Amino acid sequence: MLEPSDSQEAYDYTLLAIEISERWRIPVLLRMTTRICHSATLLRTQAQLAPPPPAFVRDVPGRVMIPAYARPAHQRLRAKLAEIAAWNETDGPTQVVDGDRSLGIVTSGISYQHVREAAARARVLKIGLSYPPPVETMRRFAASVDRCLVVEEGDPYLYEAARTAGVAVEQKPEMYRFGELNVSRVRRIVAGDLSPEPALPAGKPPELCPGCPHRNVFEALRDLGCIVAGDIGCYTLGVLPPFSAMDTCVCMGAAIGVGLGLRHSLPPEQARKVVSVIGDSTFVHSGITGLVEMVYNPPATGHVLVILDNGTTAMTGMQEHPGTGRRLDHQPTGRVVFEDLARTLGIRNVFTVDPIADSDSITRVLREALGRDELSVIIARRPCLLAAGSIKLREKKTNAG
Amino acid sequence: MPGNSAVVNVVVAGLGGQGVLKASGILADTAFRAGLDVKKSEIHGMSQRGGSVSSDVRFGERVFSPMVPLGEANFLVVLAASQVEVARPVLRPGGVLIHPGLLDETQLTNKRSLNVALLGVLARQLDLADNLWHAAIRAALPEKLHAANLQAFAIGRNP
Ligand SMILES: Cc1ncc(C[n+]2csc(CCOP(=O)(O)OP(=O)(O)O)c2C)c(N)n1
Ligand code: SF4
Repeated sequence: MLEPSDSQEAYDYTLLAIEISERWRIPVLLRMTTRICHSATLLRTQAQLAPPPPAFVRDVPGRVMIPAYARPAHQRLRAKLAEIAAWNETDGPTQVVDGDRSLGIVTSGISYQHVREAAARARVLKIGLSYPPPVETMRRFAASVDRCLVVEEGDPYLYEAARTAGVAVEQKPEMYRFGELNVSRVRRIVAGDLSPEPALPAGKPPELCPGCPHRNVFEALRDLGCIVAGDIGCYTLGVLPPFSAMDTCVCMGAAIGVGLGLRHSLPPEQARKVVSVIGDSTFVHSGITGLVEMVYNPPATGHVLVILDNGTTAMTGMQEHPGTGRRLDHQPTGRVVFEDLARTLGIRNVFTVDPIADSDSITRVLREALGRDELSVIIARRPCLLAAGSIKLREKKTNAG
Repeated sequence: MPGNSAVVNVVVAGLGGQGVLKASGILADTAFRAGLDVKKSEIHGMSQRGGSVSSDVRFGERVFSPMVPLGEANFLVVLAASQVEVARPVLRPGGVLIHPGLLDETQLTNKRSLNVALLGVLARQLDLADNLWHAAIRAALPEKLHAANLQAFAIGRNP
């Protein structure tokens, strides 16, 4: 695992990850934390590597993990990791910043930048490849300073790796395990400051845009007192006031499985209120398997699935998806039609409503579907307000072309 | 004082849709064009959905952390009056608050250029040449918006 600390390293480590992966035939993780993704620093690019020409080379014991091949594969894996660990000690992306021997800091990723600023005089060991960890390098470093502190964000991973290897290091106090680190917090860690941190004024929470087609759907779910198994997208904001109409949200696609689980396990009067709500993009990404399960193991009270089809992937920046009939570059391609898919799988109650053109439609249809002990799929179709203009233009182009 | 005192810390704050990230991008690009090290970072839970957004820009000879430490911003540029109190703790004692009240907004040909106009106000206090600002504004926006935004910048820069 490689841990970049700024945009330059995110770039360089991506290339290094490819090298390591090619050399040892192993997957490499590039640990992109929120702060690295949401910051920008100056970058010097390199000449592009030419990818090797693709060709299939048969390697059955390496790629077919039947038990007879998996057992030796496990041994090969451990041998590779031992080689990478040795390489990491001598040639890995590790950096030592010289400084005063009174304080040594072992760090990785974004924490390195905070450390350089918060403890400008400290000696610093920056670890670029954190798994397998360079424990011998850490041991030598710790021996070279009077006090050795590990500063890392979140759980104490490097600290535990060092301690397991018998390296005497200190870890950050438990209160700094939670939340993001920054320069002020690293100063406090170095000083061993355990006093409560200042509370900051709360910002304004985000909201569904005025005129967003998701709004009417969540008003209806709220007013009908539904138990809502939700999912991830703009519409997750249905959890906040004025809607307060979402009860679970785990990972993309979970709406359907969680909703079905609730339907199966709750007493019937509660089960009948359960609705799964999922966005169009999330549905094509990982909701279809849930729909198959819904048909295969229908709950006794049936189930209601609402697909919020706003014609785009709004939350992440208006990308196309398999339900729009256009590729990411907006060129026309095959389209997954949700109504056809649901009917083909054997769902008889398939409704399509436009929650803006007919604002009562969603309440009407939801009430009807909730009143039957059957499976229903409701498609609430209305383009995202912010994407509607460009969707219309693209549709025109497709129809003309 | 801990940290690098030669680094200039600017925080731009406002609400989603106001162009906070556009403004911090233009500032960062201007500093880059001046040959400085620059880092930029942002918090925008859901910036298009009207919530609080803020973005840090730090520049100088060498910048480490991309985030402005609490109470260490030299300049705080706030695009929405409601966000002044939310963002204020980031400002250092004696730091400069730049807000829409410092401008006559009716002079803007395009109301949406408030972000760039406030960069003009900021530019009065920074040692970054106007031609670099202009180049960064042009690079950040489509051509049809150049005139309105250069005008907005000038309104802030030379009141
Ligand atoms: C596994 C995974 N991949 C990617 C994401 C990033 N992500 C957040 S919301 C979203 C899709 C939202 O699109 P949609 O379901 O159409 O809802 P909308 O935002 O349009 O309302 C994605 C891909 C994620 N949360 N989880
Ligand atoms: S971006 Fe679109 S889908 Fe998201 S809240 Fe706004 S109108 Fe709704």
